Amino acid sequence: MLRVDARHRLGSLALDVSVTVGRGECLALAGPSGAGKTSLLRVAAGLLRPERGLVQAGEDTWLDTSRDLEVPPERRSCGYVFQEYALFPHLTAWQNVAYPLRGVPRRERRERALGLLERFGMGELADARPRTLSGGERQRVALARMLARQPGILLLDEPLSALDARTRARAASELAEVLREVEAPALLVTHDFSEAAQLGDRVGVIDAGRIVQEGTPSELAAEPRSAFVADFTGAVVLTGVARSRPDGLTAVALDGGGEVTTTDPGSGKVAVSVYPWDISIEPRGAEAAPGSTKNHLAAEVVSLTTLGNRVRLGLAGPQPLAAEITSASARELGLGPGARVVASWKASATRLIAD
Amino acid sequence: MTLFRVSLVASLALVLLFLTLPVVAVFVDSSPAELVESLGRPGALDALWLSARATAAALVVILAVGTPAAYMLATRSFRGKAVLVTLIELPLVLPPAVAGIALLAAVGPSGILGGAVEAAGIELSLQTAGVVVALIFVACPFYIRQAIAAFASVDSTLLDASRTLGASEARGFLRVMVPAAVPGLAAGTALALGRALGEFGATLMFAGSFQGITQTVPLAIYDRFSTDFESALALSAVLVAVSAAILLSVKLVHGGEALGVAPR
Repeated sequence: MLRVDARHRLGSLALDVSVTVGRGECLALAGPSGAGKTSLLRVAAGLLRPERGLVQAGEDTWLDTSRDLEVPPERRSCGYVFQEYALFPHLTAWQNVAYPLRGVPRRERRERALGLLERFGMGELADARPRTLSGGERQRVALARMLARQPGILLLDEPLSALDARTRARAASELAEVLREVEAPALLVTHDFSEAAQLGDRVGVIDAGRIVQEGTPSELAAEPRSAFVADFTGAVVLTGVARSRPDGLTAVALDGGGEVTTTDPGSGKVAVSVYPWDISIEPRGAEAAPGSTKNHLAAEVVSLTTLGNRVRLGLAGPQPLAAEITSASARELGLGPGARVVASWKASATRLIAD
Repeated sequence: MTLFRVSLVASLALVLLFLTLPVVAVFVDSSPAELVESLGRPGALDALWLSARATAAALVVILAVGTPAAYMLATRSFRGKAVLVTLIELPLVLPPAVAGIALLAAVGPSGILGGAVEAAGIELSLQTAGVVVALIFVACPFYIRQAIAAFASVDSTLLDASRTLGASEARGFLRVMVPAAVPGLAAGTALALGRALGEFGATLMFAGSFQGITQTVPLAIYDRFSTDFESALALSAVLVAVSAAILLSVKLVHGGEALGVAPR
């Protein structure tokens, strides 16, 4: 088990975080840059001493400022993958992996390093230097090096952000496999919610030095406790004023015009959220006759971004919106910038967040 | 060709002529055979050998002490650091004669630490050790300046990575920081080497000019330029060759970047 409590003031950031990660579990903290994610990892590793803090890994206490106890980083058994991997440029891949193997005979060091590299399919590049490796290859060397010391805890700082989009998907599944196999508690930080959802057993959303909500990825997506969390999980967030309707639903008059209906109760100034993949798109004037879809907003297509077989549409309506539809639908509808459409979604897919 | 272009080309030609003619003259004023022959005259080989030994000794001290000092200045921040760095850089701009006087006033026989140096059984004045001290004094700042820049340009997360992999900071310094900074450190070493080889004023004032004991190559050149011009030329030719080799090796190792002369 890993426990990290940290209170620390760093410039304008007031870090105040307390996390617990169980054996074999991965807690992924997601938040915008400057939220204090890296600082928290540095506290756990001993690279940053917080004003007040407690770090416990299994039976060992590594930091307890109330007792003035601090174990230096080199005596904490933690594997740390840095954002840009921090491979030693003057050493080859296998020498990087062998770096933590001190006091092991030279032959055995090389063999153990090679074994770890082979596990990541990197056996043939053992003698290559980091600068000749691709981003994905560097990540694998960094993972092998982290595991060489058989660390008691794992700390991963944006492990996928240095990779290009094509490499990322494969690297993410490799990393997920490592996290599943390793028993050590893992703390991962990222600025990308979908990455956190993919790699973490639990996800915490961190903003301005505090964890604003923690839960399984689906819990966070289904019940965001704040507009920030909703926005961060990728939802569209619209603001307005809510009033209860006699039929038991809640109507929200949007700032800027238009009205949406939600099944959640609420009143006064609120925010509502809906996921882009719950929004369907029809050409203007062709709205289906009364159906189960309650919410319709007129909008204009501003941008189209292809994400694999999907297209993400940027829409200008009363407030900015985004919708995700299949590439096939986008083609059939002949969508392009300037196309006038209607965005529709169900009241039951609309979450209300008290302001 | 416009007038402007003509004047550009003419300026460059003048600069080249003025700077290279004297260097070329060193080699063509006498025949190569005469140059080689005059190197064999008594005193010339002594001077070359003394320069080699004194410079090597000075470099060993500069590297051994300057490297950790530069590392500390590059990786720590503390009050008064800027003042400290300025003090270290001061000998760079000090006139050599002032450096000589300053050394005499500090560790010369009647200097403020002269008694202590003597009590420790170290003889500096008119001794080879004095030459080494003078070389260290003038060449050390060249190395330290470059080494600070070299350490500062190494990504500090490398040291963090080393520590999280179980290595103490001392081990990380030796196994990661120094190797990663090697190109910059090599450039600094070359600059210090060049400065030490050419040292003249401070050595003359602090250690004197005694053949085989304190007479380095530049002092030997000065000593005989009026009596044995051939031999002075031959020694100069050796220094030109060594200096050119140093400059070239730095450019090759570092692409010229370290000396700030790389094309942008």
